[in-house]
Amino acid sequence: MDMLSPQLASIAEEPYYQAVGEEVGLFEAAAARRLPVLLKGPTGCGKTRFVEYMAWKLRRPLVTVACHDDLTTADLLGRYLIVGNETVWMDGPLTAAVRAGAICYLDEIVEARKDTTVVIHPLADSRRVLTVDKRGELLPAPDDFMLVISYNPGYQSILKEIKPSTRQRFVAMEFDYPAPELETQIVAAEGGVDLELAGKLVKLGELTRNLKGQGLDEGASTRLLVHAAQIVSAGRTPTEAANAAVARALTDDPDMTETLNDLVRAVF
Amino acid sequence: MTSSGQSSRKLFEHELEERLDQLLFASPSHRSITRLATGLEPLSRARQDLVLHWAGVTAQTCAEIGHLIVSLAPKALDLLDADDFEAWVLAALDSYDRQGLRPAMESLRNLEAFATERSGAPFARLAEVEGRLTRFVQGLSGRPLAVRAGNAAWTDTDTIFLPELLAAMPDAEGNRRLYKAMAAHLWAQTRYGTFSADLDAALDRWPDRQRALAWLTLLEAVRLDSRIGAELPGLAAEMAELRGPWPEVLVPAVARLAAATATVRDSLDLVAEFVAAGGVPPRLTFAGTLDPAAARLVRAERIARETKVLRNALAALKSSGGRKQGGEPLLELVPTDEGGPAEFRVDGEVVTLPPEAQAAAQSLVQDLGELPPEVLTPAGPGGWAPTDRIDNTPEQISDRAADWRYDEWDYHRSAYRKGWCHVYEMQVAPGDADYVSEVSTRYRLLINQIRRRFEAVRGEDRVLGRQPEGEEIDLDAQVDAHIDRRSGIEPSPRLFCRRIRNERSMAAMFMVDMSGSTKGWVNDAERESLIMLCEAIEALGDDYAIYGFSGWTRTRCDIYRIKAFGDRYDETVRRRIAGIEAKDYTRMGVAIRHLTRLLAAQPVRHKLLVTLSDGRPDDFGDEYRGAYGIEDTRRALQEARRQGIRSYCVTIDRSGADYLKHMYGPAAYSVLDDVGKLPLKLADIYRRLTAN
Repeated sequence: MDMLSPQLASIAEEPYYQAVGEEVGLFEAAAARRLPVLLKGPTGCGKTRFVEYMAWKLRRPLVTVACHDDLTTADLLGRYLIVGNETVWMDGPLTAAVRAGAICYLDEIVEARKDTTVVIHPLADSRRVLTVDKRGELLPAPDDFMLVISYNPGYQSILKEIKPSTRQRFVAMEFDYPAPELETQIVAAEGGVDLELAGKLVKLGELTRNLKGQGLDEGASTRLLVHAAQIVSAGRTPTEAANAAVARALTDDPDMTETLNDLVRAVF
Repeated sequence: MTSSGQSSRKLFEHELEERLDQLLFASPSHRSITRLATGLEPLSRARQDLVLHWAGVTAQTCAEIGHLIVSLAPKALDLLDADDFEAWVLAALDSYDRQGLRPAMESLRNLEAFATERSGAPFARLAEVEGRLTRFVQGLSGRPLAVRAGNAAWTDTDTIFLPELLAAMPDAEGNRRLYKAMAAHLWAQTRYGTFSADLDAALDRWPDRQRALAWLTLLEAVRLDSRIGAELPGLAAEMAELRGPWPEVLVPAVARLAAATATVRDSLDLVAEFVAAGGVPPRLTFAGTLDPAAARLVRAERIARETKVLRNALAALKSSGGRKQGGEPLLELVPTDEGGPAEFRVDGEVVTLPPEAQAAAQSLVQDLGELPPEVLTPAGPGGWAPTDRIDNTPEQISDRAADWRYDEWDYHRSAYRKGWCHVYEMQVAPGDADYVSEVSTRYRLLINQIRRRFEAVRGEDRVLGRQPEGEEIDLDAQVDAHIDRRSGIEPSPRLFCRRIRNERSMAAMFMVDMSGSTKGWVNDAERESLIMLCEAIEALGDDYAIYGFSGWTRTRCDIYRIKAFGDRYDETVRRRIAGIEAKDYTRMGVAIRHLTRLLAAQPVRHKLLVTLSDGRPDDFGDEYRGAYGIEDTRRALQEARRQGIRSYCVTIDRSGADYLKHMYGPAAYSVLDDVGKLPLKLADIYRRLTAN
């Protein structure tokens, strides 16, 4: 019986990441002590980028799984495939990450089915093993393996809560949008625009965040602001870019769109 | 529209008089009725009917309005067509609801202005732009700043008051922009510290206080303009375009107030120069006026309130956050960039404030420029309580602002009364702890039976065979494929099975009548049926909520939370169910609207609203009783349906069949003539409605 396991490569180039606080040191400490990490924060504030950066810094391969509500245990652990007359085992991303000693990043863990999240439990405590029941395999995790999960506490839905039995295995780190000055640097660097325009975009971001809970579920994320900056650097006007990348990305509601357009006009 | 008989001939004076007498029952004198009738006689029958109809409708709200409408009607119908006439009346009723009789009468007398506006003249009304301005200002300020109609443009720092109608610009769009500029300017007054000095004391220095105030208003406009320009250049450009170049006299001040460090004190210094120089303050389109006394009061109140919130939060942090045992923990505020959230450190460790305290801190920074040390002294021992709402007893309830306000449908007008009903969310006093267990024991068998039936409906995972992909191999399909291949047939590639979840994705809201008429056996039946329902739905695993409603007039619509979505069916909820008791009246529409809003926020596919009541809607006073309440309830159910909510109404009322069909038209309903059937029936209805 054959076995397929994807080859994992490390990240070659340093991803752009601007540290906001003590997160880099904390993450390194957790990695050194082989502890799993939970990242919380609103969408687009840099959680995924942070993990990429840390994977590069720690020189470990990174496996990212975007969780969704139909994610099964087999999607994480692996499954048998039929090739010709043979059944072949194919490692899932989590199994592959354990074998390779990689960082496995489960993005938006709350979206996954509750029964799926349970498979990470033995990996996330002192046992550090993965049970691949279909193969009857008990896979001990090498020292380099690290589990990172993330979720957005902003969705205040009871259905989207993370179980205490899961969350209490992790070292938790909180992310938020960076302070205006830092965010301006990030938008300028990532979006390829000057600091002045970046500053205006950040101002717009702040104004939209003021509307959170007043018709918007979330204000504009750093990611959206970077997108707007990138559109400008590709030759469009700031107003066009802000309308397309921020205002219309945030809402479908005509009244809210009007308000966001007003705010865009106010800033530029 | 007409409410008269079949004949289409004109009504004569004495007939009109008779009708008016009936409609304007509270009219001041008979002589005026004769005069009114004389005025209406020359009109065509259709117009006479129109006037009589609206006179009747408005007189039900306020007889004086009805009276005025009839007396102005001949002139109004010269200027307006039937639709505009209706709009004219509705605008008056609207301002009556919001502001009272005098503004309503004024709005009616303002007939010419209304006529010019309706004919497409370049007016803008606050009502059109209010929502947009509110959201805009919220975006700018990050703290609530309401927008309301007032007789001038000014702000008390909690609310921006704007004139109801603007006509200073040559076109409607220009006037709408003017509204925005006014709102932005008043926001800037609250944001950039116009009220941070004691303006009253400063202005008292000058004998001609009015003139000094006018200069101050202008100079602040100059100062704020450059502050806005620094942060929001687009907005500043728009405002500059509206006001044109600064008046000659102000030009020297512009340069001096343009510095980012200029404060209201600099403006006050300049006031001295301008007053000394004599001269009349020029008019500026959007500068509005200042009311330092009102602003100081509101501002002081807010600062006190928010200081309290912040200090309470810090106290809570202090008791939980300090590392060192004993001794005062060290509290520090680390300033971040202007407007950004403040960062607090307890013993050197960054702590995050709860959102309420964050907002309070941000608001204080806006008011005071920084957080003064006394704010940072934690309050004495005690838990974290953002408001003392929970401690409120029902007697004090009218002292606090409504938690929500809802429009109500007035069928006379075929229009909504804006923000008419004041909703308060209340707690149910926990009832007898043994009640629920007694009922559960009494109905043990029945509950078991209901549970078994419900479990049968419960969504289970299903395994789909012969899928092109999936987590497991379908052995049957694999064997077939093997046989196919052996016999030379091309095998099917569908060799897997996949597990799919049969998700119900269902949220149900139960709305329970707690009006006085339910006292006794109806109340018992309601409580019993809720217990059975909870037992049953728990077996099903659906999310559900239970709220009670009762009230006493439109200004006190109470919604009692018994079980919110996400609450567990635990001892607290059980005791609240036991504590459900008959209270006051049944204003149903507003309860449906509020609960619809809560239900609509649930992230599920199917939403169900079940109302449980004992008869027709009713409230204290004559107004809600009868057709008004029935129409409002019907309307509220229609609104719910538009939001994708299915409604089901259960009524215990033997005689109610005549109006029920109409009222529950937008929903499905059932009528129980025997209260005893309710417990079994309710669970059963739920099962039927939600079976898949």
